[in-house]
Amino acid sequence: MYKLVKLVAQRLGLGAIVLFAVSLIIFLGVELLPGDLCQEIQGQAATPETVAACRKELGLDQPAATRYLNWLGNIAQGDFGVSLANQRQISELIGVRLSNTLFLALVAAIISVPLALALGILAALYRNTWYDRAVNVVTLSSISFPEFFVAYILILFFAVNFGWFPALSNVSPDTPFWERVYRVILPATTLTLVVVAHMMRMTRAAIINLLASPYIEMANLKGMSRSHIILKHALPNAWAPIVNVIVINLAYLIVGVVVVEVVFVYPGLGQLIVDSVQKRDIPVVQACSLIFAATYVLLNLTADVLSIVTNPRLLHPR
Amino acid sequence: MSDATESTVGQTADAVPPPPPRQRKLADAWRALKKAPLSAKFGLVVIAGYVFVALFAPVLTPYGESEIVGTEFEPWGEQFVLGTDNLGRDMLTRLLYGARNTIGIAFVTTCLAFLIGGVAGILAAALGGWIDQALSRMVDILMAIPALIFSLLLLTIFGTSIPVLIVIIAVLDSTRVYRLARAVSLNVVVMDFVEAARLRGEGIGWITIREVLPNIMPPLVAEFGLRFCFVFLTIAALSFLGLGIQPPTADWGSMVRDNATLITYGDVTPLLPAGAIALLTVGVNFVVDWFLHKTSGLRDDQ
Amino acid sequence: MSERKQLERLLASGWISRREFVKRMVALGFATSVPASMLASMPAYGAPKKGGTFRVGLGHGSTTDSVDPATWENAYTQFTFGYGSNNHLTEILPDGSLGPELAESWEPSTDAATWTFKLREGVEFHNGKTMEASDVIASLNHHRGEDTKSGAKGIVAPIKEMKADGKHVVVVTLEGGNADFPFVLNDYHLAIVPGNADGKIDAKSGIGAGAYVVKSYEPGVGAKLTRHKNYWRSDYGHFDDVEVLTIADVAARTNALTTGEVDAIDRLDIKTLHLLKRNKNISIKETSGTAHYTAAMRTDTPPFDNNDVRLALKYAVDREALLQNVLRGHGVLGNDHPIGLSNRYHASELPQRSYDPEKAKFHLQKAGMSNLKVDLSAADAAFGGAVDAAVLMKEHAAKAGIEINVVREPNDGYWSNVWMKKPWCMVYWGGRPTEDWMFSTAYAAGADWNDSFWNHEKFNKLLLEARSELNEAKRREMYVEMQRIVRDEGGVLVPMFNNYVFATSTKVETPEQMGANWGLDGNRGMERWWFKS
Repeated sequence: MYKLVKLVAQRLGLGAIVLFAVSLIIFLGVELLPGDLCQEIQGQAATPETVAACRKELGLDQPAATRYLNWLGNIAQGDFGVSLANQRQISELIGVRLSNTLFLALVAAIISVPLALALGILAALYRNTWYDRAVNVVTLSSISFPEFFVAYILILFFAVNFGWFPALSNVSPDTPFWERVYRVILPATTLTLVVVAHMMRMTRAAIINLLASPYIEMANLKGMSRSHIILKHALPNAWAPIVNVIVINLAYLIVGVVVVEVVFVYPGLGQLIVDSVQKRDIPVVQACSLIFAATYVLLNLTADVLSIVTNPRLLHPR
Repeated sequence: MSDATESTVGQTADAVPPPPPRQRKLADAWRALKKAPLSAKFGLVVIAGYVFVALFAPVLTPYGESEIVGTEFEPWGEQFVLGTDNLGRDMLTRLLYGARNTIGIAFVTTCLAFLIGGVAGILAAALGGWIDQALSRMVDILMAIPALIFSLLLLTIFGTSIPVLIVIIAVLDSTRVYRLARAVSLNVVVMDFVEAARLRGEGIGWITIREVLPNIMPPLVAEFGLRFCFVFLTIAALSFLGLGIQPPTADWGSMVRDNATLITYGDVTPLLPAGAIALLTVGVNFVVDWFLHKTSGLRDDQ
Repeated sequence: MSERKQLERLLASGWISRREFVKRMVALGFATSVPASMLASMPAYGAPKKGGTFRVGLGHGSTTDSVDPATWENAYTQFTFGYGSNNHLTEILPDGSLGPELAESWEPSTDAATWTFKLREGVEFHNGKTMEASDVIASLNHHRGEDTKSGAKGIVAPIKEMKADGKHVVVVTLEGGNADFPFVLNDYHLAIVPGNADGKIDAKSGIGAGAYVVKSYEPGVGAKLTRHKNYWRSDYGHFDDVEVLTIADVAARTNALTTGEVDAIDRLDIKTLHLLKRNKNISIKETSGTAHYTAAMRTDTPPFDNNDVRLALKYAVDREALLQNVLRGHGVLGNDHPIGLSNRYHASELPQRSYDPEKAKFHLQKAGMSNLKVDLSAADAAFGGAVDAAVLMKEHAAKAGIEINVVREPNDGYWSNVWMKKPWCMVYWGGRPTEDWMFSTAYAAGADWNDSFWNHEKFNKLLLEARSELNEAKRREMYVEMQRIVRDEGGVLVPMFNNYVFATSTKVETPEQMGANWGLDGNRGMERWWFKS
């Protein structure tokens, strides 16, 4: 157990380094993009004088290294700064959107993870039956459609034709909880259709992969029931790859949903970061990236810890 | 496929048994194929069909890839079997050329991703220590940046040509492959037989290829099937943000995007390219499942 | 501005009754006949119904937007703030003519270089302050001077001096005569907002004098507005509340209108318009204004420095096909000059240039070439369908022995890296309500956005002369001549003018004549429209 604690501490430390590296990469990336905020914001209407005035006002005329170090200094004190484009406090700008993003991810995860596990375990149990094939065809087809297309189809049926759910998921901070749930059902369903196949198939594959192991053969010979073998003997050892895939998909639910946000007009972080990249609003891009990166590091650590905890061989290496 | 042609070229008509090992292998494969479940046969037929279309698209299509041959949105009919698109290009032609571009790009991208990610992942697990640490942290950093945002950045910096698109998607995808390869390898390298091999004094290369690789193949192959199909989707998502494959090149992801709004009026046009992707996805993964089943060492009656 | 004209405009915009109009005309000694065209633009029965919450979904709007008038650049900020929560000194009326808004009347000096604006009295800002001359001066100054980053800097640059004459008169002195100056003051940036004691404005406050008060605003998501209780006019601003949402994806926008979650949307998907038309609860509106697509050739770069090459290209493009393909006919053919049908001095007498590969070959030969190979840069950032248009142009030009190589540029950074940099590229122009404004923005020698780098002596001279000319007939003659010069010698290929196509639910009532200077009734649907009873 002590080893585990040490590992967690170590990984958190490394996580901080990862965050730093991410901020550097993103900063350089945005710097390398053609044009800067002043040109992008003024667009077709830009003139050399107004661009120069804008750069001076926002401090964009200073060298990149200076700006990065300034930003780093502020971050170290917990100050995300203000958006270059509209001078709003970034912490305030991001706060609401972050909670929206997490809420949608949570709803989608609550639907998709148990569903994927159940479907996967059942598919392993009844492998090569018609059930197995049907589940495979349905989930594979659902991930073959681009997510915006899945969203359009869901909207066509459930919003336009039946009128059960709204086509827009525009929630605001004062939207009541259940109203909020109601409004995110369609985007959450879209996301579920997108991620469930991956998790389900990995669950199935990981379990089947173990079925030929000697200890399973032994259990078989003992005459245990198939479901007992799979749930009690195969599943615990199959956790590592399953958890990994679940984590990848959870991370995706948080950081990769920009397309769904756009289609459902859901005010999450994805749209904010895409807009900010397009307008070169570096502090906002940086802040969003750090939040995404931190989410990722934490989820990742969870996955590793779970893998170790579920595999005694990893927990007590000889 | 290439195996088949090579071996038949080398044969003479009056060859006598016993057959050369190569042919025996072939015969084994054929026997396995005959015993394959219906779903796998279906998958193989689908894949073969797609490969055929991809290879012979210029012969099969009535018109040129980006040739404007009629007026826009012509209905299905004799001259244009599936009608024309928004610029008056033949839909069937675009769909067939799309097979070539889409599958080609997805295949190259996925192979590249597995080459990078798979090798690095297995090495990290087998070697451990600082190499594992360095690779894992590097991957952590890459994965910690949202993939879509990262591709958005990189594609804007380097332009949206097809080679750039392939390399960027492959590198970003390889991080996912790395994680999986490392995780499953870690489970294998602590197994008794690997430790035994180590104690025997086998080299790291031998252990990797003879002991680790065969044991981690199934989850990796399963992942390959999905990753391959995800490339289409990544390209489609990028085209949603205006950074996908550039016209007039036909690819299914962009074709879905271009015609997607039609579905809101119940028009099935966007279902054609989407269906093409779906059919291939199902086909590839059926074959993958069959392979998975075979390599798991389970007998069919289990 | 004669008093008669002003009265006619008051009538046309529906803010004095017909009886009032007749009374005042008689008082002025005019014969009393109401022009029929003016009555047509008035609502048929009585006053529009008040009340309701109007929800609009717009294709624009970014998380980087702000309420600062200097930064407004897209249709979202124009609609919500430019013309929703703010008023200007003048108003462009639905018929394209100019009417008073916060300025009651104005008078030029004989050289059109000094303008005296009489401000409306008793106009109250959203914060309760009453508008005075100092507010007007502070508002305009926000866009002037060295350190401004305003998109309107160029158009207020000719202002030499502004002086308050009492609380309700502002005298503006220009560097040269400009007969159209009051038009310029309708530019969406030039909102009149409360000024501080130091002569500056509080750009972050979002307070204006318009019909609607901004209650909440989340950039890139949406804004909620409510009717300004003490708005100075009663004939505008019929809705109680307004919500303006950003819905960037066109399919999502259309769905929101179909499901009744919004009452109006802009920027329809032209490709599927025929399908949307089948929906009986949706009414599709179209206005034809000054917005147009161009392909700008740099006349300072070979081979475009040769006018015969430019003419060859102008003849080598099938405009009809472009209009059909790219706009599905929702537009008007362009004649290689930027003056649209809704402009006052549109030269309808110039023959329409058509597709003529033979003529193109002739001009190519005249330029001493048997064939021509040129690059055309395009991205959909220029306008939706720009790449398709370029591909079509390539096909057309091939018939004239011209090889166009379509270079697909990235959308991102198009305006900073491609436009005015590459020798030939696709461009979108929102157009300007006056000829002088359009020409001096993009065709005058040395102008900031002269994207063809064109310098034509006679044109430049005419432009200056026409600007301060107050005689209508003479002005018209000059502007027609300038359109001819641009058409035959300019560096810009103008294949078509695009219509503004938008849609409302059938519950929304709109005036018969709508403003064509922007989409959504000149971006003033919020205050000009109402709900059916």
